[in-house]
This record gives sequence, C-alpha cells and structure tokens, in this order.
Amino acid sequence: MSVLKNDRRIPFLRIAKRAEISRRKAWAIRIAAILLSLITGGLLIIALGHNPFSVYRDMVTGSFSTRTALIATAKIAVPLLGAAISIAPAFKMKFWNIGTEGQILAGAIAASYFALFQHENMSRPVLLLVMFLAAVLVGGLWALIPAVFKAKWGTNETLFTLMMNYIVLNIVTYLRTGPWKNPSSSGFPKIAMFDDSARLPNLFGVHIGWIVVLGLTIFMYIYMKHTQHGYEIAVVGESENTARYVGMHVPVIITRTIFISGAIAGLVGFLIVSGSSYTLTDNTAGGYGFTAITVAWLAKLDPFAMIIISIFLAVLKKGSNTIQTNFKIPASASEVLTGIILFFMLGCEFFINYRLIFRNTKIVEVQHD
Amino acid sequence: MTDIINFLFAAVLAACPLLLGTLGETLTEKSGNLNLGVEGMMFMGGIAGLAGSYYYERSAAEPAAWVSVTIALVCAFLCAALGAFIYSVLTITLRANQNVTGLALTIFGAGFGNFFGEFIGNSTGGYVSVSQATKAGFNDPLFPFLSNIPVVGKLLFSYNFMVYLSLAIAIFMWYFLACTRKGLNLRAVGERHASADAAGINVTLYKYLATCIGGGITGLGGLYIVMNSSNGVGGVWVHNCIGGYGWLSVALVIFATWHPARAILCALAFGTLSVMRFYFPSRIIPISLYEILPYLATVIVLITVSLRKKRENQPPASLGLAYFREDR
Repeated sequence: MSVLKNDRRIPFLRIAKRAEISRRKAWAIRIAAILLSLITGGLLIIALGHNPFSVYRDMVTGSFSTRTALIATAKIAVPLLGAAISIAPAFKMKFWNIGTEGQILAGAIAASYFALFQHENMSRPVLLLVMFLAAVLVGGLWALIPAVFKAKWGTNETLFTLMMNYIVLNIVTYLRTGPWKNPSSSGFPKIAMFDDSARLPNLFGVHIGWIVVLGLTIFMYIYMKHTQHGYEIAVVGESENTARYVGMHVPVIITRTIFISGAIAGLVGFLIVSGSSYTLTDNTAGGYGFTAITVAWLAKLDPFAMIIISIFLAVLKKGSNTIQTNFKIPASASEVLTGIILFFMLGCEFFINYRLIFRNTKIVEVQHD
Repeated sequence: MTDIINFLFAAVLAACPLLLGTLGETLTEKSGNLNLGVEGMMFMGGIAGLAGSYYYERSAAEPAAWVSVTIALVCAFLCAALGAFIYSVLTITLRANQNVTGLALTIFGAGFGNFFGEFIGNSTGGYVSVSQATKAGFNDPLFPFLSNIPVVGKLLFSYNFMVYLSLAIAIFMWYFLACTRKGLNLRAVGERHASADAAGINVTLYKYLATCIGGGITGLGGLYIVMNSSNGVGGVWVHNCIGGYGWLSVALVIFATWHPARAILCALAFGTLSVMRFYFPSRIIPISLYEILPYLATVIVLITVSLRKKRENQPPASLGLAYFREDR
C-alpha cells in the first residue's frame, strides 16, 4: 500500500529536458512528424472524396516530371531559399525580422526604377549590375530603419518590421497606379514590362539567380559559422548582456546584421523582377517573405537544410496547381498542407528537446540514484 | 452635413472588424501569448460562419434568419478558437516559438478560408452565398425605430448588431481585466509567468482560455468582414477577403496600448483613416498613400511607446516567452 501511495506522488507524466539526442533519433522524430502531417493531409483529401495516394503522386510528378514543370518549381524555390537565407542572421540574433516581404519589395522597386527608366542609358551588364546594387542597398536601408530604433531604444522589431511591409506594399500600389503606370495598358493599371536588357540571362532554363542564391547559401554558412561577425551574432542572440560584458558593441552588431539581412532580401526582390516576372506588381513578394520565415525556422537556421525545405515547399506549391487541374481541388490546398506540415514540424521539436517520463518507468529510478 | 454623417457612419462600420480583432488579440496578449495568427483566424472564422449559415439554409425547410445568424456566429467563433487552440497546444504545451507558430497559423488559416470558400462554391456550382434574410440580419440596423431620429439616429442607432456586440465585448473586457479577480490573475500571468504560478494561479489554463477565447473573438471580426455588405458584396466568399485586417488588428493592439476601452477609439481612428479617401479625396495625396496612414501611425506609436517607457503603456512583460516551470 505504501508503495502505491509513494507512487501517487509522482505525476503520471513528467517532462524533462534531454541532455542530448543522437542525430539519427532527432531525424527519425522529424520524419515521423512529416509522415503524420501527410497522413493528416491525406485524411482531408479522403474527406473531399479523392484518393490521397494519387493526389500526392500527381503533386510530385506535376513538379518534376517535365522540364517546364521543373523550371516552374525552381522558380518558386529560388526566391524562397534566398529569402530564408536573409532571415537566418536576423533570427540567429533573435531579432524577429518579419519584414522580409517588404524588404524584397523595397529591393524590387529600386531595381525596377533602373530597369524602367534608365535602361536606355546603360549597356546590359552595367544595367544589371546597377539594378543589383540598387536593390541590395535599398533592401538593406529599408531593414535598417527598424533596426536602428531597436538598437537605440528597444522598439519592438516584430511589429515594426511587419508595418514596414504594408507601407512598402502601398508604395508599390501608388507607383503602379500613379507615376509608373504604363500609359499604353488600358483597364487595370500596370507597370510596363522590362526591356530585354534588364532581364537576367537563363542557365539551364532558369534565370541565373539560382546560382546566386546557391552561392549565398555557402556564403551564409561560412559567415555564420566561421567569421567573427557570425560569432558576434550568436552571442548577441544568446544574451545581450554577455555580449556587452565582453566588450561587443551591440547596437553596431544589430544594425550591421539587419542591414545584411535586408540587403539579401532586396537582392531576392531583384532576382524576382529581373529573372522571373519581368515587371513589378503588388504580388512581387507574393508571400515568399512570410513562408521563408518558416523555412528558416524549420531548417534550424542551417543554410543547407534550407535548400531541402525550400524545394519541399516549392513542390507543394507547384504541385497544388497540378492537382487543381487534375482533381479540381482548389490551389489553396498548398497553403493548407504547408500549414499542417508546419504545425507538426513545430510540435515535433518538443519531442526532440524534451522527453516524457511516465510513472513507473525505469528512467525514474535511474534519476533517483 | 449629411456627407460628414455618412462619413462617420462608414468609419464605424469599417472600424468594427478591426475592433473585434484587436479585442481578441488584446485578451491573448494579456496572457503573454503573442499570436501573430490573427489574420489566419479571421479567415477561419469568416469561412466557417459563412459555411455554417449556408448549409443551414440549404438543409432547413424554412430557414429563419435569426437561427442562420446565430449559427454563423457560433461557427465563426468555434472555428477561429480551434485555430487558436492549435496555436496554444504548440506554444504552451509543446513550447514552440510563438512568432513562427503564429505565422504558420496565418498561412494555414488563409489557405483554409480560401480553400473551403472555393471548394464549397465549386461543389454547388458557382459560389457560396447566403440568403437575403441572413444578409439583412447582419447588416440591418439593430434599432430601426430609433435610427430615424435626425443626425443622432443615424450616428448612434443605425448600426447593425455586430457593432453593438463589439462595443459590449470591449466594455466587458475592460471591466474584466481591470476590475475582476480573474482579470487580475490573467494580467499577472502575462506579466510574469513564474510569479503567477507561485501565487497559485493555473498558468496553463489561463493561457489556453485567454488564447482560445481571444481567437474566437477575432473570428467574429472575420465573419463581419465576410457578411458586411457596405462595400457592395456581402454574404459571399471573396478570395483573400480578409486582406490584411488581421495584421492591422495586431498593430492596433499596440496603438491601443493593450487597453480594451482605448481600443474602441483607436479602431475608430483606423476606420476613419481607411474610409477617408472615399469621402475626402485629396488632389495632393494619392489614394494608396492614404492607405499607408494607419501603418505609419502604428509605427509612430511603437516608437513613442518605446521612447517614453511609461509603465502602464508597456506590453505585458512576458509577451512572447514560453513558460516551463522546471526551466530556470
């Protein structure tokens, strides 16, 4: 009886932090989470009256089977990866920059200005270079505004960067309906298509942006892991007080890092307008900035893992267009599926970081010793 | 004169969904949860309410408007609360990052709304639309007999019931947070989880309830956007109909400095800014720059709040932090 009484004092289920977990086990948990999310999505598909296997199969074949499909998938994955890379240093520093969407647009506006109004004055390589530099600079400066306020006065960066998205979005609308409106287009006001000289060349069917973004991935890996800047970012992220104590100049680190973050986002904006849409629209950033946050987070800010995850999400997005044609399932299914996968992936991290201890398990005894 | 009255009338109608979103998010944030999924929950509430009343009207022999309206309200509240519940499980129980989970909820909710909006439309051949009676239930003045009084009638008594409902929620929430024991407990949770826990408050329960009820209230805001016909269409699903109202609500919480009664004025200010362009078109400022004003105002408020560091205007101190009793 006394044993039972003693047992009652131990809760039925306890949670303890794991000291460490083997890589294999961690990945097993993540893969299980993805499978569970696909099953949940499958149940939804069954509820709609379709066969989940054929729907999933069509999603994959629809994104890879033909050259056109492959190119379309890559065109989604490239800006997504680029935007995720731009988020990595900010999030590592625990600066919750959710303004990537706006920084992409800011860069796109700057690049578009030269593409639309200066293309006659420059040769193609010079024009593309100027567009690139302008996008990087303006993207960085746009991100710098909230960063300066955060560094100086601790202004909440999450909401500040968020508001900046809407401000720049309305600037695009203003340009589209006002000064930059294409006079020769009737009806819905649009900005003119770029001149050929302002379009990025293709390599293997996709604009060369994919090489730029892959290069950025390697750069970001080295920058975060093997440079003094990367180390400073990590320290500020873990504890600002520690950083100050060891003599780091925290405001400088914050503004510098966020400038880089915004600059990369601006570059992504340049790649989108110059490489794939050839014009500036309200939809240029198209949610990439928001989706990229989840890419960066799921990859645990590891640039190489971001490649896999951005391709995965790109397949979902492209594949949902395929299933819309094949099964008449609305294309918004991709967001629903992305959401479900994100929920499971976010939830599974708990089981990687913590372990559950049930009453009467052996682990309890070991702990008492 | 009539122009000004019409303008103020339209401003109140535009402010209502913002107020509901703001109130829901205020309640959520008071528990220390920064739920960035308001936009998603509004989508979920909007489509669930619309679908609920649509299916009721199709299945009932003689659908009654008030039943249809009630079903819409309940469905909207529950579905948005379900979204908030997913968020709660992930952030409170499973300790996931709040920012990322909120964004995931926005992605999911927007997809959910557009997906089912389109799906239900497709499956019935055309689009989802509720009956005139239900639409009238959402849009007709609550006090038709009083609304004929000149000036005052139009300004005070001619709104639909959702406007008065949101005002009632605001006042009740202000009373709840400021004057009741439970409200004090909730604020304690948001300020400092560990202290609240030590004082014997069930932190987890408070966080769950505040987040889910708050989410449900934002869902009513989503339903309002779907049902409101002041912009020409009402009671039908329009692709991406929430269009940033959720994010504006998140901003408004700061603008109102986490105060439900102040939220009424702030929502009204935002509503005014958002309809101003229709009534006072400016030759100097183009329309799209007019639309920047609410966001710009929020940024300015954010900066002033952080500069002045006035104690009662600060966000709940534990906002955005997960609580794990065993952690130190």
